[in-house]
Amino acid sequence: MRRNILDSEYTVCHYTTVIQWKMLKYSLNLTGIRVTKVAMGDSSKSTSTSRSDRSTHAAKPTFAMSSDNVSISTDFSPELRGRPKAVAKVLRDSKEEPQLLPKESVQDMAKDVTYICPYIGALRGTLTVTNYRLFFKCMDREPAFVLDLPLGVVSRVEKIGGASSRGEVSYGLACKDIRNLRFAHKQMEDSLRKSIFEILMKCAFPVSNGLTIFAFEYGQVYPENGWKVYDAQAEYKRQGLPNESWRITKVNDHYELCDTYPSTLVVPVNIPDEELKRVAAFRAKGRIPVLSWIHPESQATVIRCSQPMVGVNGKRSKDDEKYLQTIMDANAQSHKLFIFDARPSVNAAANKMKGGGYESEDAYQNAELVFLDIHNIHVMRESLRKLKEVVYPNIEESHWFSNLESTHWLEHIKLILAGALRIADKVESGKTSVVVHCSDGWDRTAQLASLAMVMLDGHYRTIRGFQVLLEKEWLSFGHRFQLRIGHGDKNHTDADRSPVFLQFIDCVWQMTRQFPAAFEFNEYFLITILDHLYSCLFGTFMCNSEQQRVKEELPKKTVSLWAYINSQPEEFTNPLYVNYSNHVLFPVVSMRHLELWVGYYIRWNPRMRPQEPVHQRYKELLAKRAELQKRVEELQREVTNRSASSSSERAGSPTRSITPVQTFV
Amino acid sequence: MFDGRVLLKQVILLFWPLISTWVQGAEKIDSCQLQVLEMLSSLGSAGGKSAKPSFVSYVTPEEIKSEKEPSRKEKHPDLLPGEVVFCSASTVLKYTQDDLSQRGVFGVLLCTNFRVSFVSDEEPTEEMVRTLFKNKLYGENDIPLSCVDNIYGDKRKLITGGLVKNKYPSKMIIHCKDLRVFQFSLSFSKEEDAKKIFQGIVHHCLEPKSLRCLFAFSYCENTSPNRKCVGGLFTKLLRKKQTVMFDSVEDWTQDMKRTKGNCRVVSENSNFELSPKLPQYFIVPKNVSDEDLTKYQGKGLPMWCWSHHSGCALFKTASIPLVQEDNVCCRMLTAVAHNHLYSVKTEDLSDTLPTVQDILLSYNKFKQFFLIDNTTEFWMSDMKWFSSLDNCGWLDIIRQCLQKAVEVVESLEKENTNVLIMEEGGSDLCCVVSSLVQLMLDPYYRTLLGFQSLVQKEWVAGGHAFLDRSNHLHLKDKVESQSPVFLLFLECVWQLQQQHGPAFQFSETYLTVLSDSVHVPVFTTFLFNNDGHRDSLLRAESPHTQRSPLNCPTVWDWSVQFDCKAQDLFTNPLYTEKPKQDTSVRKSYRPRHLRQLSLPSSAFKTPPKKGFFKDEADNLKKILGVKRLSRWMLSPSSDSPQTSSSVREFYEAWQTKPLDYHGLLLPCLDGPSIRVWMQRYLRWIHDVQILGGGPVAMLSKVSEILGEVQELQRQLDRHGCTLTSNHKGARPRAKTAAAVIAARSSVRLSSSFPFVTSRNWAFKPAIPTSLLQSLMVTGMPGNLADREDDGGPESLV
Repeated sequence: MRRNILDSEYTVCHYTTVIQWKMLKYSLNLTGIRVTKVAMGDSSKSTSTSRSDRSTHAAKPTFAMSSDNVSISTDFSPELRGRPKAVAKVLRDSKEEPQLLPKESVQDMAKDVTYICPYIGALRGTLTVTNYRLFFKCMDREPAFVLDLPLGVVSRVEKIGGASSRGEVSYGLACKDIRNLRFAHKQMEDSLRKSIFEILMKCAFPVSNGLTIFAFEYGQVYPENGWKVYDAQAEYKRQGLPNESWRITKVNDHYELCDTYPSTLVVPVNIPDEELKRVAAFRAKGRIPVLSWIHPESQATVIRCSQPMVGVNGKRSKDDEKYLQTIMDANAQSHKLFIFDARPSVNAAANKMKGGGYESEDAYQNAELVFLDIHNIHVMRESLRKLKEVVYPNIEESHWFSNLESTHWLEHIKLILAGALRIADKVESGKTSVVVHCSDGWDRTAQLASLAMVMLDGHYRTIRGFQVLLEKEWLSFGHRFQLRIGHGDKNHTDADRSPVFLQFIDCVWQMTRQFPAAFEFNEYFLITILDHLYSCLFGTFMCNSEQQRVKEELPKKTVSLWAYINSQPEEFTNPLYVNYSNHVLFPVVSMRHLELWVGYYIRWNPRMRPQEPVHQRYKELLAKRAELQKRVEELQREVTNRSASSSSERAGSPTRSITPVQTFV
Repeated sequence: MFDGRVLLKQVILLFWPLISTWVQGAEKIDSCQLQVLEMLSSLGSAGGKSAKPSFVSYVTPEEIKSEKEPSRKEKHPDLLPGEVVFCSASTVLKYTQDDLSQRGVFGVLLCTNFRVSFVSDEEPTEEMVRTLFKNKLYGENDIPLSCVDNIYGDKRKLITGGLVKNKYPSKMIIHCKDLRVFQFSLSFSKEEDAKKIFQGIVHHCLEPKSLRCLFAFSYCENTSPNRKCVGGLFTKLLRKKQTVMFDSVEDWTQDMKRTKGNCRVVSENSNFELSPKLPQYFIVPKNVSDEDLTKYQGKGLPMWCWSHHSGCALFKTASIPLVQEDNVCCRMLTAVAHNHLYSVKTEDLSDTLPTVQDILLSYNKFKQFFLIDNTTEFWMSDMKWFSSLDNCGWLDIIRQCLQKAVEVVESLEKENTNVLIMEEGGSDLCCVVSSLVQLMLDPYYRTLLGFQSLVQKEWVAGGHAFLDRSNHLHLKDKVESQSPVFLLFLECVWQLQQQHGPAFQFSETYLTVLSDSVHVPVFTTFLFNNDGHRDSLLRAESPHTQRSPLNCPTVWDWSVQFDCKAQDLFTNPLYTEKPKQDTSVRKSYRPRHLRQLSLPSSAFKTPPKKGFFKDEADNLKKILGVKRLSRWMLSPSSDSPQTSSSVREFYEAWQTKPLDYHGLLLPCLDGPSIRVWMQRYLRWIHDVQILGGGPVAMLSKVSEILGEVQELQRQLDRHGCTLTSNHKGARPRAKTAAAVIAARSSVRLSSSFPFVTSRNWAFKPAIPTSLLQSLMVTGMPGNLADREDDGGPESLV
């Protein structure tokens, strides 16, 4: 029966959403549509309207309610802030199950489950598992306590200990978003029936259990098509490419040159495709040096690739040497080329044992090799594990800074930012082209190249531009999201998992802290990206490469995260944004200016949540300004109308109703 | 008389070696200057008789342009009224701070009775931004004498003063209390000059001196108190209402009325008859008798600080010796308890908070992280930054003070108990805690004037020993009492402000400037130990004893230091003014409004209303009261883990309420919430300036939006009025702080705004040196670092 309702509402969704879009605030679930129906005259549903109307925000972002209380710190939604009581009431009135998304279905439900909250204590309520989420609700509290998280976030489910004396079994859930959850419930008397946690284990890891990832079922329609955000040709055209030195090649159209690279590549004009193939033979995984970004004035370029296959014997490749020389020659401003090897020199040298290595300065004349000392994915994974220990669930007050230092997390952030800074500095101040690589060129290289591009090009600091940057440097150039995140895979100890992308977003956040007016997006935008990195709701971060995405027909079968974001950009806009498009940002990479991203890593701790985010106030200001602007325009129109009709009567001016700005200058 | 002084200045400047003979001739000069000059002459003789012809040069470097020599006469700063140059040396090299290279600027180094000043030989380039936030008393290359923290000689040897004879280092490093670092090379100057300037600076900055030698006294005699500052938002604000000075019965009465307190104003000490250590005027509980007042000379007298709207109040006192025959302790406690509902909590701050010595030790460690001599050193220390922060304990002391204040707030707000805080002396941590409590509870103190009044009430009238704590006089017996207690308070305020920005009318810059002003020996606010001390000195120093005492400016007269435009930066553009509050802040203050701020939550029982108990038997109340009282007396906060968890609960209950910037404010005290005051501590360090970023980027955008909103509003109003006349006049330009900053957003501002501007720095990012050391040393668990990025076990090295 539940299914039926869903289906009918889903069909409604298709034709009403677009029509009603401009009138209603968009939301991820069906609540908005229910309102729509009432607005269209369906009076039989009016009882549920007021509730769903208000709960729009309670259930809107899949993560807004997933924290241990009413909302997470970064929820800038004004409605939720303005009417906490209303929301609370709604929650109490509503049922014990979640508002389901299109194609979401309840898999199991269990009453009298205890959630052991590290902040509040034991809470008894109802646990629901769907094919998308885990939903726990405790009605005993005022306001009702809700825990709502996508299953994609769960990295491991384990039974803790045996049955206790009270006949309870307890389960621990480790999550990818820096928290652990603990549940307990009565041992099933009917031993044949599966426990809800066994169901959970199945649903949380669809890939391991031969099920479909929810992103492939989710059928929400958004007014924006997120898959159209990035078009490689258009982006290169924006950069002024092709030009007299650089051409766009089709050599990788069928991913034959390199299966982890995109089909569209920018290479020097003078190098024919045949030579590219020979260069590919000398670069790890065939990831040849290609252009990522070109300076609009100096023509200095940021080039990315993988390590050269030098090996123990110091093998050389004339083609590769010529290729890099051509790259250098393409920039007339400088007679030097900087090769930034992201690794520590020791590791780079160790790679020679396995056929890899680094460019020797003998072979590559005019090139200077610099090691950036950034550690590998395993070190980063370990660092994040330690960080989680330090920040979750509680922070030890007395040695906070020492504990933070011992995780080395910010030190790694500093090294990555420092590396990107050196790259940006060479390109901007030195007018020199740079080549960036690590071992395979899809982890540290992606971090460095994209960060340097954020520093150098204001376009990538806009909401759309940042999406393009991710699509380009991370997705199309084959950062292996599936492996690094392990979507739907129960093998949580997989050594391929690593928070490389999280580190990059953290670095971007550090920059937004230092340059609060230089980014069009806000903190909530970054957090939303990270949340949906794990949620498996959108297809954006599925698969490992462009080739796989094309094969899986992701644009056809899934919804892009950018569709969701670009359908309500005002949620993600930094009201303080000043468009300095030509400004290069050089962040300060001293520990003094780096800080732990509390709004992300410690957001589950209710004590660390600000009551009112400052952004709220800025947003109000912008709204105020927009309102006033509108009124001024209206009045001006009125004035011209009146003078035209030469009316002499004084009308009651509408300005009376304006409340004075309660702000002090 | 005036001409005589000008002449004297030039004479001192030019003919220093012969000054002693001139002093005898100058009969007209007043006693203060005589003293100064006597000191000078004694120094002169200590430095050796030096009448060598000044054109014999011992310096060789060809950098010195000889044609610069004649212009030496002009090369002195614009002296302030009453300022006298003691000695000077030319061709001193001032190193640029930001690198290890020996580059720098040549100029004249002078020492006056106010400052050490470096005047560059280079023509000053006109700086737009610089002029915006220029201190009128001292420039960027001036160090007020009391702002000098430490002087180092060659090889970073600490100079302690007194010991040097005929010797001087080639390089002199001066660390300032406002965290600037100056490095001078004396090796290019004439030997005699170098020796003299070095000894002069060391003598005037480090040697003990008498209070009368402080610059304030000669300054005040030579200035008229009336300085007018026209226009400017900040000054308008100041002029509208003055800071309450708490130097009259009326001020105290008014403040008590404002908070609906019901205590006794004591004016018996107006001539310091009770005790010179007690404030001139103060407030005690109603039940304190005249006999009590006189008997103990203020020892153990509970002094009223602030009344909560429920009727309970906060008192502070100098510790009462617990064993005393006639049980004064108990009587005083009863007096406090009688103030409201017969309950009182006592808190001995000496038991639970760090001592003033701990505070000094911790701060001395902390400040070293910011007194940076060179870049390499800076980046080296960057690696261990977080653990160093932990080790020095400064942030922890801030946290403890805030936590203690929250505990007191909890007692007042949740339990409606009278609170008596005490410590030995009663004027250090008592001031910190009581002021913080008032800031958290009373929105009036978060306005600019309210905050200044609070400092007057708790610190100046409250008898905080500013002079001893700052040890401006370098007295050997006061070294122990030196401690940055007031700075600690400002740090705590900054933390509150960081967490609840829109609740404060004043800005971060205001707090930074206030913390600097402590070391400018001009303001009476920070020069004395208590009311009695101030009174006796100002009266004695007045040139005309029969007339009013010497009229020195207080620090609140900001026009002494900054012009109106600069003062605009003291206000917070995001401050939310109380709704419907057009008239003065104080008038519209209604305790009725405050009532809404108390926690109506079900988590706490609302306190019984005052009237509710009134008709019940008085006896019952007394029994209750005594019980509570004895309980608190027996266990004075020995259960600290318990209190901290109750503070936690209190905070969490408050946190779930909707935020009211005009209500109770509590700070979050968890690890990441207590931060380093970046503006104050990092402003001079070149490598950490965020060019084009920092809070100012946000501030200028906010100001811009605000300006726009106001402009639109004005347009609307105009349209409303002239709807029929179709008038389209020129837009009146709003010249506010907003406009000032917005106009400058084209200039690349940095995170050190407004203190440093980015003029001479090449636009190049600071690339850290020594990045990897600590990572390599600490070693990774297992061999993670050696592994390949491909996670498969086969690819492990």
